[in-house]
Amino acid sequence: MSVRTEARLWLAQRVTAAILAVCVVVHLITIIYAVRGGLSAGDILGRTRGSIAWGSFYAVFVFAAAIHAAIGLRTVAAEWLRFRGAAAAWTMIAIALVLAFMGLRAVFAVVAT
Amino acid sequence: MEVMNDWATASAEATSPAGASLLRVTVWRGGADGKFQEFRVPRRESQTVLDVVTYIQRNVDPTLAYRFACRVGMCGSCAMTVNGVPRWTCRMHVDRVAIAGRLEIAPLANMPVVRDLVADMREFFDKWARAKGRFKPSATRTDDFAKVSPQSRPRREADAGIECIGCGVCYAACDIVKWNRDYLGPAALNRAWTLVNDMRDAGSRERLVAVSGDAGCHGCHTLGSCTELCPKSLSPTRSIAGLKRATCAIAFGGEEGGE
Repeated sequence: MSVRTEARLWLAQRVTAAILAVCVVVHLITIIYAVRGGLSAGDILGRTRGSIAWGSFYAVFVFAAAIHAAIGLRTVAAEWLRFRGAAAAWTMIAIALVLAFMGLRAVFAVVAT
Repeated sequence: MEVMNDWATASAEATSPAGASLLRVTVWRGGADGKFQEFRVPRRESQTVLDVVTYIQRNVDPTLAYRFACRVGMCGSCAMTVNGVPRWTCRMHVDRVAIAGRLEIAPLANMPVVRDLVADMREFFDKWARAKGRFKPSATRTDDFAKVSPQSRPRREADAGIECIGCGVCYAACDIVKWNRDYLGPAALNRAWTLVNDMRDAGSRERLVAVSGDAGCHGCHTLGSCTELCPKSLSPTRSIAGLKRATCAIAFGGEEGGE
């Protein structure tokens, strides 16, 4: 893999980590705030259904997690399992796509009206 | 740590039969398929680990192979694995590393064993060359002296890493070197960072490409073993972080990045 690609992956890892740091904090605060008066599916859906803001927030969260996890797993696979090269790169891309698909499907389920 | 070592020293003295206490020292013998051999070495005041090894070679077994030169912490040739941790031996007092009057001395890890306590440092230094750790002049002898302000940020960054003696302790301590044989290692990257900050140097374009990627600075996970164990108290971790920032231009396409 070219030096430029490696440098880009490293930068993407750092940028997505910064995004995740914000997203996780917002997510946790929302959970703590939302369960104060008990928790029900109706409450959650009432907040998220049709909400472009929550939909966008969780879509960003999903993409950041998918990219961050795939790059991290690629490094773990290379160093601990000695799984490197093109096969490892394609596996990483597949994992990112699966994570993004599953995440977006969940976002769609709570946002769609 | 200090408490444990005080106890260790006291324990070694207590087991001594005739006043002169003895250290129990196990030393690696042979090549990669060698084994440990045990020696008894008299305990002395202010004794260093190198003193212990030298005692064995001069008084017990003259065939013991080990490497040293200056004995004062300048040359970087005497590093060994002492009780499982890479250390320079010439300035490492036995008091600080012995556990219950015992020392286990082996060659440096992450390098092939030549024989006994001698590790083959060829790859370690070849990686300095691969990291383009050689100064590339930008001026000729007819030019005036370069004026480098001691207060300038690049000068201070270079100062922070320049005292490396090339002992290989950081390289032996680095888990990334163990997991990725191509990884250049803390010392080579630290050297590259001092040159990136040298305003007289003209080679940093190629150098930043050479130290990028999985085998270079981007492979570092900031575990910090190099910084914790560096006998000169340098911080290769900090130098590598500097290289990561400096190489961002490559990610954005500002530099040519080859294979």
